[in-house]
Amino acid sequence: MIRFITQRLIQLIPVLFGVTILVFGILHLTPGDPALIMAGESAPEATVNAIRRRLGLDNPLHIQYFDFLKNVLTLDFGTSIRDNIPVSDHISARFFITFELAVISTAFSIFAGLLVGIVSAVWKYSFWDVSLMVITLFGLSMPNFWLGLMLIQWFSINLGWFAPTGWGNPNQMVLPVIALGTAGAAIIARMTRSSMLDVIGQDYIRTARAKGVKERSVIFKHALKNALIPVVTVAGLQFGYFLSGSVLTESVFAINGLGRLIIDSIFARDFPVVQGTVLVLAVMFVTVNFLVDITYKFLNKRVDLN
Amino acid sequence: MKTSEDILREEENEEILRVEGLKQYFPIKGGFFGRTVNHVKAVDDITFTVNKGETVSIVGESGCGKSTTGRSILRLEEPTEGKVFFEGKDILAQSKKEMRDMRDDLQIIFQDPYASLNPRMTVKATLMEAMEITGAVPKREREQRVIDLLETVGLQRHQMHRYPHEFSGGQRQRIGIARALSVNPKLIICDEAVSALDVSIQAQVLNLLKKLQREMGLTYLFIAHDLGVVRHISDRIIVMYLGKIVEYGDTKSIFENPQHPYTKALLSAIPVADPRNKSDRIFLRGDIPSPIDPPTGCRFHTRCPFATDLCKTDTPVLENKDPESNAKHEVACHYALDIQSGKHEANYEMRDVRKNIDDESLEALEGQEEERY
Amino acid sequence: MAEELQQTNVGLDESPEAVLKVDDLRTSFFVGKSEVKAVDGVSFEVPKGKTLGIVGESGSGKSITALSILNLIEKPGEIKGGSIKYKGEELVNAKISRMRKIRGNEISMIFQEPMTSLNPVYTIGDQLSEVIKIHQKFGPKKQKERAIEMLKLVGIPSPEKRMKQYPYELSGGMRQRVMIAIALACKPELLISDEPTTALDVTIQAQILELIKELQEEIGMSVIMITHDLGVVAETCDYVAVMYAGRVVEYADVYTLFENPKHPYTVGLLNSLPRHDIEQDELVPIKGNVPAPHEMPPGCKFAPRCPFASDICKEMPELKKIDDGNDVRCWIYDERWDGEKGVKVYENK
Repeated sequence: MIRFITQRLIQLIPVLFGVTILVFGILHLTPGDPALIMAGESAPEATVNAIRRRLGLDNPLHIQYFDFLKNVLTLDFGTSIRDNIPVSDHISARFFITFELAVISTAFSIFAGLLVGIVSAVWKYSFWDVSLMVITLFGLSMPNFWLGLMLIQWFSINLGWFAPTGWGNPNQMVLPVIALGTAGAAIIARMTRSSMLDVIGQDYIRTARAKGVKERSVIFKHALKNALIPVVTVAGLQFGYFLSGSVLTESVFAINGLGRLIIDSIFARDFPVVQGTVLVLAVMFVTVNFLVDITYKFLNKRVDLN
Repeated sequence: MKTSEDILREEENEEILRVEGLKQYFPIKGGFFGRTVNHVKAVDDITFTVNKGETVSIVGESGCGKSTTGRSILRLEEPTEGKVFFEGKDILAQSKKEMRDMRDDLQIIFQDPYASLNPRMTVKATLMEAMEITGAVPKREREQRVIDLLETVGLQRHQMHRYPHEFSGGQRQRIGIARALSVNPKLIICDEAVSALDVSIQAQVLNLLKKLQREMGLTYLFIAHDLGVVRHISDRIIVMYLGKIVEYGDTKSIFENPQHPYTKALLSAIPVADPRNKSDRIFLRGDIPSPIDPPTGCRFHTRCPFATDLCKTDTPVLENKDPESNAKHEVACHYALDIQSGKHEANYEMRDVRKNIDDESLEALEGQEEERY
Repeated sequence: MAEELQQTNVGLDESPEAVLKVDDLRTSFFVGKSEVKAVDGVSFEVPKGKTLGIVGESGSGKSITALSILNLIEKPGEIKGGSIKYKGEELVNAKISRMRKIRGNEISMIFQEPMTSLNPVYTIGDQLSEVIKIHQKFGPKKQKERAIEMLKLVGIPSPEKRMKQYPYELSGGMRQRVMIAIALACKPELLISDEPTTALDVTIQAQILELIKELQEEIGMSVIMITHDLGVVAETCDYVAVMYAGRVVEYADVYTLFENPKHPYTVGLLNSLPRHDIEQDELVPIKGNVPAPHEMPPGCKFAPRCPFASDICKEMPELKKIDDGNDVRCWIYDERWDGEKGVKVYENK
């Protein structure tokens, strides 16, 4: 197991390198001169040059990249152009909010998804199965910002049950989590259902029944652990998807998280902030995938056969 | 029981296939960069010949390399080493194009006819395609040939417009045979061709294969694990264990006078369909070792009741050990004759299926029994 | 329990008391509106301490019969009728809680595919202890002891180590031994073996069959051996039921069945069988194929393939005892037989 983990950790290194190259590329390889964009079209030549020097843009590209990499490794993402506050301060102020949103949404989608998936699989082709699967289809096809707007319309404006904006108290959390987590829940539900149906048809489930195991144990002990193996991967990917989904959701619900920080910074052409935030999100995504791999391995002892 | 035909065949005794030092190693990839870390030695240096018009069977348990041998001969997998001569020409030295021509003469029938037939093609299309690829039959004659073929294998003319799923397993195997026959082959490799069939259907197909051999002078290389089937259809038998030939000889001689300890155990293990004639079992200890790192010396030594230190180091040669017998019979065992004459004795109990059971656990079990009632 | 005790003791005398009596069992599968009668009126008895073979080709309904006994038929299948009496107790429509107490405890089952019959994500120890935990009131320590004992009993080397291993770490033969250990952990009265060796190599098959036979004697249980292999039947069974298209067509003790078979299907099977132990002339196959479920003829299901079929075979014959002791479902042995008189179905060579 330890060997497996170190192996995966070593494999992370090239991936992280790739991430830094891509993020670096956003700023430096897109057409147009960032210094000019930052300074504005009509800025005097001297100002543009000053910005260029400050950002190190007058160095050759590979030198710039290594400088960037060196800074990143010391968690220095530069300073915001808008307010001269270090980018890392911007990020750390909002990181937890986005992380919390993604974690709670993932938890919600796993819980709801598993519940729906198991119910559907155990009572397959029943009324409940069919209706739940239709509902998941809706959940899958609704864009999360639109669902967010609808939720605000119904539950905040019409019914007044939940707060329409902000983040912090539970009342504010319900709607964003549903908006963000529904699509994931739907995917997990469908995945769980098909995975459970597959597992329930396996020989070892028949063996369990032939041993006199209670039906509840057959489902939750013998079937679920096997059915979870593919679901874990999907759930892990969901978390990554929620990080990127937070960009829209945070805007709809006016939540002061990383997603909104990216949007605001893009509009303000605050490239160092965009660069730093995207990098942090990307690293989080890679880390989560790494954890998913480990969990997968833990659940499925047969992996090392292949 | 020799018919005039048999005698004729023996007189001809013309070699059609010759396999020399055939090796098939499959690389195992591993590590970070997908390096080859080891090999599965599926077939490891085997040599045999097949004469025209006869049936030679390769038998053995899973992992012995019998199917790989068949596939290597046809170059479905490119062999690692060795030579395969078909009518004197080295198959492995042929170019792709020459090989295509040779495929007319060499056909294969698989275990699962359903998997090897295209589900979206009618029987007619399947047979036509085979003829088209090899160009063995002129275009004008093909339609008539399809009808002839179906009749030959016992299907009806109107069935040629049907799809594979409309047939039963036995009928599909007949289609597989018809496809193989469509190009007028000389040698057919039957890879577990009747293994998936129920016994009543299996008998139909076996009889069909025998009839075709009589009428068309076909040669079969028959790969199977069912020794009843093998005895019924073969003239000669090759017994394989972990990629090596351990015994090779005339069918009657192999079944009535097996010389290799493995062959003996194998034969003794088959249940006999006669309740008054229960065989005296030899239980081999342990499982078949992995072909990745096969045992040194004689590959069977880890399970052999007669193994000595010599067997661990020296690989026995496949040779005729019994000069008095006039049957063709070769065996790869250091002690074949001594075991036969009783001079060399087994070093473990061959009749006990639970060697490591001790009296203690049995007693404990009986104690349980009393507790329950 | 008192009732059971009484009945067990009766078994001491010579009369072949039956552990299981199956009568007119019918199990069907429903596909859309059509019904496939997989098991259509099967009756047999399993004498105490003996082995009953159920032999038949694919589609004969032998495995469905086995699953029906433990009520393990899944939708869209359903037991439609008949009776399954285990020591006098009716199992068809028995409460699910009662069935659970019987499964794995009094009647156990092992299956064809040892490679897939064990749960891949639990250790051998977990899976073996589970059945002991369900049916015996042992503490965890005693459970483990018993599990190790069972592994020893089935001849698995270094059982303590095996307890911690996962199924993928074991070979097919070893896994089937584990399955047997699980099945026998609670000393069942009856073991149902559904093609237990079909997926195994012949040398491993010999081990498993011998193991079942030895353990049967030690525990004193009865066995139902379901197989397509007449060799396995001859080797292991005391009595044999031959099934064709969902029905028993012949029932006899194993010697009678092999030496004096009466049903044309049984004879056909024996004549089709290539033997490794004797030299044979041409095999005599049964002509044609098993008809598809929707093409089943009325009357005797074997009639379209039967060399002796006559007009009366359009009616279904009964399974009846004839003089020599075989139960046969065939008109040839009936006084209403309208075909050739005194026809010889089988010649003992």
